[in-house]
Amino acid sequence: MLRDITLGQYYRADSVLHRLDPRVKLVATFMFIISLFIVKNFIGYIIAALFLVTGIALSKVPPKFIFRGMKAIFFLLFITMLFNLFLTPGKELVSFWKITITYEGIKMAVMMAIRLVFLITGSSLMTLTTTPNNLTDGLESLLRPLKAIRVPVHEISMMMSIALRFIPILMEETDKIMKAQMARGADFESGSIIKRAKSLVPLLVPLFISAFRRANDLAMAMEARCYRGGDGRTKMKPLIYAKTDYMAYAAIVLYLVLIVVFGRILF
Amino acid sequence: MAIILDHVNYIYDEDTAMAHAALIDVCLNIPDGQFVGLIGHTGSGKSTLVQHLNGLEKPTSGCVFYDGKDINDSDYDKKSLRAKVGLVFQYPEHQLFETDCFKDVCFGPKNLGLPQKEIELRAYEALKQVGFDDEYFYQSPFDLSGGQKRRVAIAGVLAMKPEVLILDEPTAGLDPKGREDILNLISKLHQEMGITIILVSHSMDDVADYVQRIIVMNKGRVAFDGAPKEVFSHYKELEAIGLAAPQVTYVMQELKSAGFAVNTDATTLEEAKNEILKAFGKC
Ligand SMILES: Nc1ncnc2c1ncn2[C@@H]1O[C@H](COP(=O)(O)OP(=O)(O)OP(=O)(O)O)[C@@H](O)[C@H]1O
Ligand SMILES: [Mg+2]
Repeated sequence: MLRDITLGQYYRADSVLHRLDPRVKLVATFMFIISLFIVKNFIGYIIAALFLVTGIALSKVPPKFIFRGMKAIFFLLFITMLFNLFLTPGKELVSFWKITITYEGIKMAVMMAIRLVFLITGSSLMTLTTTPNNLTDGLESLLRPLKAIRVPVHEISMMMSIALRFIPILMEETDKIMKAQMARGADFESGSIIKRAKSLVPLLVPLFISAFRRANDLAMAMEARCYRGGDGRTKMKPLIYAKTDYMAYAAIVLYLVLIVVFGRILF
Repeated sequence: MAIILDHVNYIYDEDTAMAHAALIDVCLNIPDGQFVGLIGHTGSGKSTLVQHLNGLEKPTSGCVFYDGKDINDSDYDKKSLRAKVGLVFQYPEHQLFETDCFKDVCFGPKNLGLPQKEIELRAYEALKQVGFDDEYFYQSPFDLSGGQKRRVAIAGVLAMKPEVLILDEPTAGLDPKGREDILNLISKLHQEMGITIILVSHSMDDVADYVQRIIVMNKGRVAFDGAPKEVFSHYKELEAIGLAAPQVTYVMQELKSAGFAVNTDATTLEEAKNEILKAFGKC
């Protein structure tokens, strides 16, 4: 039942993109998102699309898998498009009753849709090709300068990686508990809102108990292995840039130059 | 009220890279009142199979019939099916949630929409049937020992008065004494109430003494299906799929190859004892 959610999932494969340093991928995703918002014309979007398609091709993740996550945001996309279509003032194209569609409205709606689709695809591509552990490692390393102003970078990234690690486990657990209660005649799908909220009690109580037990076990296991925070802690697999990583950085810079040069010229 | 599985296939995460066939072409007929042992190595698809029997999972292809009706027909009443085919899950922690044991056992009958008196009567009977002490009735189910939790979980399903009782590894994580208690309890339920029982386990020794029929699963397929003696005679093949026949079978085979005239069909300790005494001419 809950297995259909793919947003933020990792897809196991062996590709250039999978092997790339997580820092590179984080920076690339960040730059890509920024580029989407500075682009002013369709040439820019074409460049962005090429960048994205190259990424997808290099990742060896089946496109079907990437776009499945899109279903979840389809509704959001639809609403955004509607608002932009009807509420942008400008040169009138068609008008009936109280609704007018303008040339600017159409342009805005299409741009917005492209932006959202690119944004989601780009960030899914990152999470699909990077394990949660690698991702938080990369984030920790990129945010390290903030330590100087007393931001607990290591603790934050540790919390993040634990939270990410527990999402699939808790989803699986929810599935099992749901089934166990349905076997006793529990009904999670029908009835009024109040009845449905009440029907969640037999699901949430075992789930919380199990989550607390797991958290407790994990804390115990970390303590037993002398975990004491980030100070002086070394990594088994420290992040080291390889040649492909520098090449990837070069590609990002090239992409940004192209976007700024061609994407911002108005036509 | 037989359960019939007709060429059932089930694939987890179909059409993704993680697609995994958990059941492959499973055909079974489980008649009324039979005591069945469902055995298989870890990950062989036992839990997946039993979840098909009460409609929690829907076959990717193939049909499941209960009482002559296809349970996956759109107009089939799944809720009443779940009252008739009771399934106790592997971990009692997945179902216990109420503040006290008695209330927890009431949950099932309450979902059937019975009157309050009937609900409490059934809960009381069920707790008595599983041999649960009165003094724990109003204790939190979370403070109980593993064996007691299991009893409450079984009572929670028994209280719905099922015609078929399925238990998924009811002995996992119990000590030998707790294990035997639970198995004796299940055997007693079968004798007294005459209901169909499907006992899932990965230990032959667990089920050999009790069941009438053994179904062996291997990698999603039914590998063997028959009376215990018949299945154990394939002890070499069983070993190949990571299972073992009961220890008694090995003893009898060794004795035979050492030249004693024993019948290797003996599967329980009692039968083996008689056979050995006979072979030595003591009885
Ligand atoms: N929710 C799920 N999602 C994906 N795959 C699953 C899921 N549940 C089980 N599987 C897979 O299906 C196969 C059969 O699992 P199942 O739980 O039925 O085995 P089992 O015989 O009950 O094993 P065990 O003795 O460990 O309980 C396994 O390979 C397992 O990895
Ligand atoms: Mg199982």
